[in-house]
Amino acid sequence: MITSFLVKSLDRTIAVAVAILLLLAVIVPALNLLTAPDHPLHVPTYMVSLFGKYLTYALLALALDLVWGFCGILSLGHAAFFALGGYAMGMYLMRQIGARGSYGNPLLPDFMVFLNWKELPWFWYGFDMFWFAALMVILVPGLVAFVFGWFAFRSRVNGVYLSIITQAMTYALLLAFFRNDMGFGGNNGLTDFKDILGFNIQADGTRAALFAASALALAGSLVVTSGIVGSKFGKVLVALRDAESRTRFLGYRVEHMKLFAFTVSAMMAGIAGALYVPQVGIINPGEFAPANSIEVVIWTAVGGRGTLIGPIVGAILVNGGKSIFTAAFPEFWLFALGGLFVLVTLFLPKGVVGTAQHHLARRRQARAAARKEDEQTDLEDAKPMAAE
Amino acid sequence: MYRIIQTVLAMLFLFAAMPQGLRAAEGLRNLVNALGEAKLSAMDEHIAALAKTGEPEVVAILDALGAGNLYARKTDGQVFLTKESGSNLALIDPISGESAGETPKAAMSKIKVNNSVRRAVRAALGGLTLLSPDRAQRLKAAQSVLQTPDVDALDAVENALVAEKDEAVRTVLEQARAAMLLASDRPIEEKKEAVRLLRENGGREALPVLSAALGSAENGLEQDIEAAIASIEQAQEFWNAGQNVWYGLSLGSVLLLAAIGLAITFGVMGIINMAHGEMVMLGAYTTFLVQDVVRTSFPHLFEWSLAIALPLAFLFTGTVGLVLERGVIRFLYGRPLETLLATWGISLILQQSVRTIFGPTNREVGNPFWMSGAFELGGLTITWNRLWIIVFALAVFAALLFLLKKTPMGLQMRAVTQNRRMASSMGIRTPLVDALTFALGSGIAGIAGVALSQIDNVSPNLGQGYIIDSFMVVVFGGVGNLWGTLVGAFSLGILNKFLEPYAGAVLGKILVLVLIILFIQKRPRGLFALKGRAVEA
Repeated sequence: MITSFLVKSLDRTIAVAVAILLLLAVIVPALNLLTAPDHPLHVPTYMVSLFGKYLTYALLALALDLVWGFCGILSLGHAAFFALGGYAMGMYLMRQIGARGSYGNPLLPDFMVFLNWKELPWFWYGFDMFWFAALMVILVPGLVAFVFGWFAFRSRVNGVYLSIITQAMTYALLLAFFRNDMGFGGNNGLTDFKDILGFNIQADGTRAALFAASALALAGSLVVTSGIVGSKFGKVLVALRDAESRTRFLGYRVEHMKLFAFTVSAMMAGIAGALYVPQVGIINPGEFAPANSIEVVIWTAVGGRGTLIGPIVGAILVNGGKSIFTAAFPEFWLFALGGLFVLVTLFLPKGVVGTAQHHLARRRQARAAARKEDEQTDLEDAKPMAAE
Repeated sequence: MYRIIQTVLAMLFLFAAMPQGLRAAEGLRNLVNALGEAKLSAMDEHIAALAKTGEPEVVAILDALGAGNLYARKTDGQVFLTKESGSNLALIDPISGESAGETPKAAMSKIKVNNSVRRAVRAALGGLTLLSPDRAQRLKAAQSVLQTPDVDALDAVENALVAEKDEAVRTVLEQARAAMLLASDRPIEEKKEAVRLLRENGGREALPVLSAALGSAENGLEQDIEAAIASIEQAQEFWNAGQNVWYGLSLGSVLLLAAIGLAITFGVMGIINMAHGEMVMLGAYTTFLVQDVVRTSFPHLFEWSLAIALPLAFLFTGTVGLVLERGVIRFLYGRPLETLLATWGISLILQQSVRTIFGPTNREVGNPFWMSGAFELGGLTITWNRLWIIVFALAVFAALLFLLKKTPMGLQMRAVTQNRRMASSMGIRTPLVDALTFALGSGIAGIAGVALSQIDNVSPNLGQGYIIDSFMVVVFGGVGNLWGTLVGAFSLGILNKFLEPYAGAVLGKILVLVLIILFIQKRPRGLFALKGRAVEA
């Protein structure tokens, strides 16, 4: 069953994308570590970290695409799951600092000493172990999404209402994490990390490894989402996106299916956040800001929702553009981003990848039709297009 | 001859009178100079002696002493009031109040004061100013005596009570007297009377007085005091609840203002306008611009600047809304999620435009006189600007309701939103109605901005703070129903303010959000749900 899942998931474009990602996971670290700094093919470490960050963004966009593109749930709170995963990782990294903090307390992170706390809050227990933190990276966002989704889908909150409620959720979390009493570092968040799994977090090797891990995580998630989308379950998911009531009347438990997709998506977002935090070196409540979640939506929209490659392309395109833009004309970035929102929704509703696929499919159909006229026998179907 | 006698008599009289006046002044001067030599422990007596003279100059002297501005000259021990003047001290004669030149600081020694001296100064001043001819000063003195009741000042207060005619000052003085009585050794009947008085109009200030008296109360008085405390606490609770309701109404009116335009665009038309908050912001900036022009060109019109800004803000944001609807939103009808994204993009552009033009910092918008200040209503403090905003929000609501229910345009709007194709068949130009409805919603956001500029910081981020709250109000109240928005705004406002004292501001807000999310479980269509076929469309 697992092999069939894998075989189904690896349709050609996905297989190519996974192969590229695996290749990147090897080549970029190698070029960074093995070539001399003046070598023409050398990749500087800051670029490795930057692109590692983009890959985590791409993973977040892919997670959103699973619920938005295939299930019709426009979540405006996906950055919240990303940030929750990031906080779980951040807590592990904080515990790794140990007695090397500015206050030298072996147990308490600096901000707790600063707040005059005497002992570690219960929810910080266990985060000194990597496996526990890694588990929490997946479990916490998954659980939040499960509880939230269970309430929301059960009472058939959908469409824009759901979007607004997810936005309210991330807003509430934003406010909550800003509080010092919450025990997550308040306004400043968690930072000053030293080690991850015993390796210095600033070292080139660790950075390259984190890049490779991000690429692998993205490739793995691509396989999983592709498997979900390509399965029978995925087809029903698309059906409920396009006609929810009809799907329900056909006897499918629509809310269970949505809940499953939402939870899986949140877990993926959590993993993305956990890989993001060691690469940028900080996690603070700002990550919960509703604007962040909406930005993820635009990455997905630019790339093309309903395609699995689209969100990855979109996240890298938009964030690459952001890096260039904010360096060159800092005040114009928001104009550009705002314009992107308007133009993409008006003129490119399928996104870059979706539009390209659409054109390719049309060309192929035209060619097939021409061939059919020529030979009349060749009935090869155009490959079915991915759902829009 | 007669004249000579007269002159001589007058001279004699003067001779007799002058030294007497001089002698009094001389006595006062001696007393003041004694301050310079007195030990800290003996200061109290000197201050009491000064206060006893009852001379008007004493007030200034004691004030200076309390503030540490009284210095003695090292050479001759003369005491002066001083003022900083660069590195020198400007000297003022304590008796005549005339300037006495400047000296370097080193030539003077400061008269030291500690807390017990300051207390003595305050008590003495209280007694002195209680008899001042200025009503405001008497009231202030009476209040300060009430806050720190001291048995020694009882006589002074009673003297003042005899002379006092003003009702407000009398009330305060009587309370102060009652407070002092409780600590004194007067007979129990008088004390009982005092407790009764404190209980009746004591308020918050009476609580510590009564609790202090409870410790040393004789038999028979204890029950009285306990009952009084209980009754005052009950009254306090009542007023606190009242104050919370007031704050809640005030917050609710702000929410209503922010959400009411959204109730049109989202509630009636179904457009998710994420740039709604930016319309509010544009309205606030219009107010700023209007005030700027008024201030520089027509300063006499300043009190009217808000009235001028209102129609301008409505027109400006309405036009922006019209352009938005015609330029972007109309292509996205039937695709609500895309509308959400496009309008979010527009909100980013608007924010950044304002930031580029006006800078990222807060802009100052002034309050006209009729919107500043506060008044007391029972135990409530009510600020005028909040009161006006509640009135304004309700007025806007009423006007909008009238427009939708009683005018041809409102009729067309409702027709188009209920059944577009049928309305179109009946000859209504639906695209025009769409555009006008959206412009109306945006214009109302603009006038909300005029009002909110009075209580909030006018900055490019002004709108962002309101957008989530306003959506919550509309969703909670029920989409497509203005009454729902009204009830939703005020109930969320009041709920928020009642949670705040227990949970803190932030946690209160989180709780409200969670409650709304739970509420939507029960009633996904809000408090006042639309019924009928339109719902499932």
